[in-house]
Amino acid sequence: MKTTFNFTTGSECTLDALQASQSALIVEVDTSRPAGARLLDLGFLPDTQLQMIRPAPLGDPSVYELRGYQVCLRRADAEHVRVKIVAGAGDPA
Amino acid sequence: MSEGSAALPSPAPLRLGLIGSPNAGKTTVFNALTGLRARVGNYPGVTVERREGPVTPSEAGSRAIIAIDLPGTYSLDPISPDEAVVTRVLEGDIAEVPVPDALVVVADACSLERSLLLVGDVLRRDIPTCLVVTMVDELRARGGELDLERLEAALGVPVVGVVGHRGLGLDRLRALIGAPEQWSRPSIEPPADRYERGGWVASVVEAVVTQPAGRNALTESIDRVVLHPVWGTLLFGAVMVTFFQLIFAWATPAMDFIDGAITSVGASVRAAVGAGLLADFLADGVIAGVGSVVIFLPQILLLFSLLYLLEDIGYMARAAFVVDRAMGRIGLEGRSFVALLSSYACAVPGIMATRTIPSPRDRLVTILVAPLMTCSARLPVYALLIGAFVPATAVWGPIGLQGLTLLGLYLLGGGVALLAAAVLKRTLLPGEGLPFTMELPSYRWPTFSLWASQVWGSAWAFLRRAGTIILLVSMLLWVLLTFPQVEAPPSATPEQASAYALEHSAAGTLGHALEPLIEPLGFDWKIGVGLVASLAAREVIVATLAQIYASADEGASLRDAVRNDVDPRTGDRVFTSATVASLLVFFVFALQCMSTLAIMRRETNSWRWPAFAFSYLLVLAWSASFATYRIVGALS
Repeated sequence: MKTTFNFTTGSECTLDALQASQSALIVEVDTSRPAGARLLDLGFLPDTQLQMIRPAPLGDPSVYELRGYQVCLRRADAEHVRVKIVAGAGDPA
Repeated sequence: MSEGSAALPSPAPLRLGLIGSPNAGKTTVFNALTGLRARVGNYPGVTVERREGPVTPSEAGSRAIIAIDLPGTYSLDPISPDEAVVTRVLEGDIAEVPVPDALVVVADACSLERSLLLVGDVLRRDIPTCLVVTMVDELRARGGELDLERLEAALGVPVVGVVGHRGLGLDRLRALIGAPEQWSRPSIEPPADRYERGGWVASVVEAVVTQPAGRNALTESIDRVVLHPVWGTLLFGAVMVTFFQLIFAWATPAMDFIDGAITSVGASVRAAVGAGLLADFLADGVIAGVGSVVIFLPQILLLFSLLYLLEDIGYMARAAFVVDRAMGRIGLEGRSFVALLSSYACAVPGIMATRTIPSPRDRLVTILVAPLMTCSARLPVYALLIGAFVPATAVWGPIGLQGLTLLGLYLLGGGVALLAAAVLKRTLLPGEGLPFTMELPSYRWPTFSLWASQVWGSAWAFLRRAGTIILLVSMLLWVLLTFPQVEAPPSATPEQASAYALEHSAAGTLGHALEPLIEPLGFDWKIGVGLVASLAAREVIVATLAQIYASADEGASLRDAVRNDVDPRTGDRVFTSATVASLLVFFVFALQCMSTLAIMRRETNSWRWPAFAFSYLLVLAWSASFATYRIVGALS
């Protein structure tokens, strides 16, 4: 069983650090900038579970799935979201 | 009874606003309600399309209803002026748009958990509201179950499930919207705070979603290929090559046909009216003007057929996702790529394609740099100058100097476009923009009626809005090139007489007057007249030069004429290598195209941006030509 870098279940990080197919729970969204407010409108609310699906072929942006739909975010915008990893690619779900 | 009601004046139609996030199926519901009778306009001051249309009555004599397709939005708390349109309409803040009498919120059943955030926002407004839940069929296909009756009870407003493309549920919706004063109102207002509203959504979802949907297995397996690092990139390349081929090559037969048809119509009008000023005006002013509008139709129809097809099946968002990082480097986003690529064929469809870019700033920057992409109208000019002045020597194998020069001009245009985009984004339109957020919708079969109405809507918008401007300018240019009429000496041949008339026309006078301005670029008055005429369209300079040089054709004899032209005062050649290089560079940069200006006016809803684009590209063209003239002059 392989673990994915340091981002193991239970650890906190920003959304852009999530690896493909890792799931996480949103902890907090930085709403001091307009990007953050928009993320709330898109459903990035605390305690929402999401999964990083895959990055684009060039590495950025990435697709995330939450609330029954898929949305792309660039790293620069995903940085505004703090998450707690609940299951990683290598972790048992 | 009946005689009494006949005497009454018919009441004002009920105004029904459709609200929903992008991809919720709002446009499908709008089209189903109105048929294809939408009127398209613009909201004042912003580049947002305004669509309204009468609802097809469910039965004779039922109440008249106007449906308003409000722009797609995720929230009523806007962060850009374009997004603010929905909120402003609901608050009666736009003078000519009355507050809707009732609202229909359109929400996607599969992403109900997200859509309800917007629903909660709308329910806080004091306007009768009902909810349309779309894509119930997809939810079921993914194993999900949703109890619409419980949803109605939880929200306190009427709820209708609709499968738009199959017409299911539409009769119920039609019956419902006839009497919004009977709609139930929410008993408890959803919370105003975004975080609390999240909790409210969770409680509603828990009550109504009896079986959560699984993932869309088909979409997942398609995406494994389409978004694959290697296959996805290859597919993207293939789609873009097809795009380019479509506009560049496949539209050509239809365009040649239209060109030929316009010429023969002009000739028969000339024959019918008899030689004279009226015949000239009709043939060269009016019919040629109509021709310069219609000639764009094949490209526009082909481009939008493919664009909307890819959009409707769900590939467009994937293409933007694949290329976004590269475009992000210059401050644009993935969706700008398609518009810029299309502009290599023609800036008119390219600028129209920017409609898929949601950020108004990114869209504006893309529109402003699109004319720098080497469009097909520049080719006749490049062909004339390169053919006449660049030797046809081989550089390496089959690659010749002429071809390399042409490639260089293409690269110069594209490179400067990217540079200009980066500069405009940082200087003219700075500040923090919208975050790049884009939904990846599930793949769907396209519906023909939606696709056809989108393609037709775009073509019609071009014909009506840009076409009238192009026609007017083309007639004005004809007047400038024709008046005042000066009689040529009787000894002149017909070609010389036509050259003489052109030199003494208003455009000819303008060409002479321009000489002090263009002399530093190495241009004489004849090129000046050509530049004035090329304001209609770039390629017109070739026909104008043929007329000035009293050349019998626009091919070999024109090439010889420009090659051998000498300045009568100095005895030097007019077209030195420095002048030719300078003129080529001028055409790389300058925005000599009234169709592009007209479509910019239409898409940005003001003359400010076309005026800005014209000016900055003229300054750029002049400076670059000046530098080229000096450098090449010093080298040779």
